[in-house]
Amino acid sequence: MKPFRSLTARAAVLDRPDVDTDQIVPKQFLKRIERTGFGEFLFYDWRKDPDFELNRQEAGARILLAGPNFGCGSSREHAAWALQDFGFDVVVAPSFGDIFFTNATQIGLVPVRLPEVKEVIAEATAGSDVTVDLEEQTVSAGGSTWPFSMDPFVRYCLLNGLDTIALTLQHEQDIVAFEARTPARIATTAL
Amino acid sequence: MAKTLFDRVWETHVVREAEGEPALLYIDLHLIHEVTSAQAFEALRLSGRTVRRPELSLATMDHNVPTDGGPVADPLARAQLEALQSNCEEFGVPLYATGSGREGIVHVIGPELGVTQPGMTIVCGDSHTSTHGAFGALAFGIGTSEVEHVLATQCLPRTRPRTMRILYRGDLPLGVTPKDVILGTIGRIGVGGAVGHVLEYAGEPIEHLSMEGRMTICNMSIEAGARAGLIAPDDTTFAYLEGRPAVPTGAAWERALDEWRSLRTDDDATFDTEVEIDVSELEPQVTWGTNPGMVAPIGGTVPDPVSLEDPDERAAVERALAYMGLEPGTPLRDVRIDRVFIGSCTNARIEDLRTAASVVAGRHVHPDVRAMVVPGSAAVKRLAEEEGLDRLFSEAGFEWRQAGCSMCLGMNPDVLAPEERCASTSNRNFEGRQGRLGRTHLVSPAMAAAAAIAGHFVDVREWDAVPA
Repeated sequence: MKPFRSLTARAAVLDRPDVDTDQIVPKQFLKRIERTGFGEFLFYDWRKDPDFELNRQEAGARILLAGPNFGCGSSREHAAWALQDFGFDVVVAPSFGDIFFTNATQIGLVPVRLPEVKEVIAEATAGSDVTVDLEEQTVSAGGSTWPFSMDPFVRYCLLNGLDTIALTLQHEQDIVAFEARTPARIATTAL
Repeated sequence: MAKTLFDRVWETHVVREAEGEPALLYIDLHLIHEVTSAQAFEALRLSGRTVRRPELSLATMDHNVPTDGGPVADPLARAQLEALQSNCEEFGVPLYATGSGREGIVHVIGPELGVTQPGMTIVCGDSHTSTHGAFGALAFGIGTSEVEHVLATQCLPRTRPRTMRILYRGDLPLGVTPKDVILGTIGRIGVGGAVGHVLEYAGEPIEHLSMEGRMTICNMSIEAGARAGLIAPDDTTFAYLEGRPAVPTGAAWERALDEWRSLRTDDDATFDTEVEIDVSELEPQVTWGTNPGMVAPIGGTVPDPVSLEDPDERAAVERALAYMGLEPGTPLRDVRIDRVFIGSCTNARIEDLRTAASVVAGRHVHPDVRAMVVPGSAAVKRLAEEEGLDRLFSEAGFEWRQAGCSMCLGMNPDVLAPEERCASTSNRNFEGRQGRLGRTHLVSPAMAAAAAIAGHFVDVREWDAVPA
C-alpha cells in the first residue's frame, strides 16, 4: 500500500450515524474475485437517489466526513476497497465499526477517529478544504485545528505503507517457538 | 491478579509482545468461505507465499449457494465457488463443498464438527464469527487482507480490546427466546454500544441456555459493535462437544476438560464496562427499523420520531420508517408481512427448527405469505428430516430448502422483491440486506413461524389460544 503523510483536499459529507457496509457496497457486488474496480459500486443503491448527500456535492473529494459507527456490520473489505477506488484517501468519523477500521488500515485508507467531526463538517460545508496530517495527527479546516490520536503501530504502518504480513514474518522464530510449545488442538485434514 | 475469561484466552495465544506494538496472536482455527477468500489466495500466490497451517483451516461453501437444489445459475457466483475449490486444492485446505454432506453455513458447521472448542482463537472472513464465542473461544470476523495474513502466518497483530460484561438476571419468561434476549440487549446498548470491546455474556439466564441458544446470542455480538462475545464453557458445553468428530477422546478428552474448566472469569475480575439486564420483564422482540438496535417488544408500537430530542437520531428514525413503509404509532401486531425466512447462522440450527415446527404444527401458512425454511447445514437438514420436520413444514405450506446463508443476505437467488415485508430469523435488517428495497423485521424462530401462519406479527406467548 502507498504511504500516507498529509493531504489537503475537498471533503465530502455523509453525516448519518451507523452507515453499514451493506450500504457502502451491496452484496450483489461481492461475487467478483478481483480486488479492483469497486468504486462504481460505492453506495450503489443510495446513489440512485438524486438527493443522496454524495450526489449533491461536487466531485473530486478525497476526504469523507462521516457520522458515528461508520462501516458497522459485515466484514466485507470490499467496502474499504470501494471507498478507495472511488477516490477517497481518508475517512474521518467520531467512531468506526471495528472490522471496517482494521480493513481500511490494511489497504492504506486512513480512518481518523475525531469526536469533533461536526465542526469539520461545518467548515467543509462553508467551502473550506480539509487537511489531514497523519504525522502531526491533526485535522484542520477554515483556520481551526483538531488533534486526533491513533494507535502508534497502525500509524507507523500507514505512514510508511508497510506490508503487515512481511512484518509478522520477521518474527518467524517466535512463531515457530510458539508452535513448538503449543500442540495444535485440531487437525481439519484428519476429519 | 484476577482475570477475565477473555484475559485467559488472550494470554495463552500471545506469540510475541513488545512495547508500542500490537501483540502477535496465534490463531487456532481459520474458517473460510467463498466470498472473502478469493482475493486473499490470489495475493498469496502473487507474493509466492503458502498456507502455513492447512490443518488449522477449514473451508465450506455457503454464501452463494442456491437452496433449491439446482445448479449455480449465476456465472459470477459459480466462478467464485470454483475459485474456492481450486484454491483449496492448490493450497491443501480441506473443503466441504456443496454435496459433500458436511457443508453448511460456516458458523453452523464449525461447532457441529467439534472444530470449535473452548479456549481457542478462531477467525473467519465473516463478521458473525462471534458465534463461536458461545464455547468460550475468542472468535472474531476479519477482512480479506487479514484472511491473507492468517493464511500466510497463522497469526494476527492485535491491540488488546476493552472488555464489557453483560450480566443477566431474573428468569427468562416462557416464550421469550435467546433471540429476544440479544435483540433486547442491542436495543438497550445500541448498535455502536460495544464498539472496541469484547463482550462476555454471564449470569444465570445464560447458564440455563443450551449451546444453540448461546450461539444465537454470541452470533449477534457484532450487531452491538463488538467483534467478539464470549460465554464461559460449562457442563452444557462439554456435553454438546463430547463425541463430535474433531473432539478428543479418552485421556485427551479428560485433559481437555481439565483445561476447559479453568476458562472462567474470576469473581473479583473487573471489566472496562459492565451492564446489567433483568430478563424477567423481557417480551418477544420485533425490529421496526433498519438496524438491529431499532427494536421494540411485540406489545409495543412503531416509535414516533417527533418524540426524539437528538436531531441525528430523529433523522435516522424518520429515514428508517420511510424505508420500512411504517407509520409512527402502529401497533407491531398490526404489521402485515409478505415473506417469512427461517434460516441463517443466527437461527437455523435444529432447536430453532424444532421450535418453529412446534408453532406451525397442524396449521397452514397464511395465503398472502410465502415462507421458507433454510436449514443451517446439511447435517441439520438430515436430522430435521429424520425427525419429520420437513414434512411438517411442507404440509403447512413452507418451502423446505437446501442449506446455506440464503436470504439472510440474498447473495443467492433467494431475495425479497422491492417493498416486500419479511419476518426473518436472521441478524441484519439493514436497507437492501435481503433484496433491494426489501423490508426486514428480525424476530425469533417462534415469532417468525407464528407470523407466517397469522399473516402479521403476533405474540407467540398467546399462540396456544389461536385455533389451529
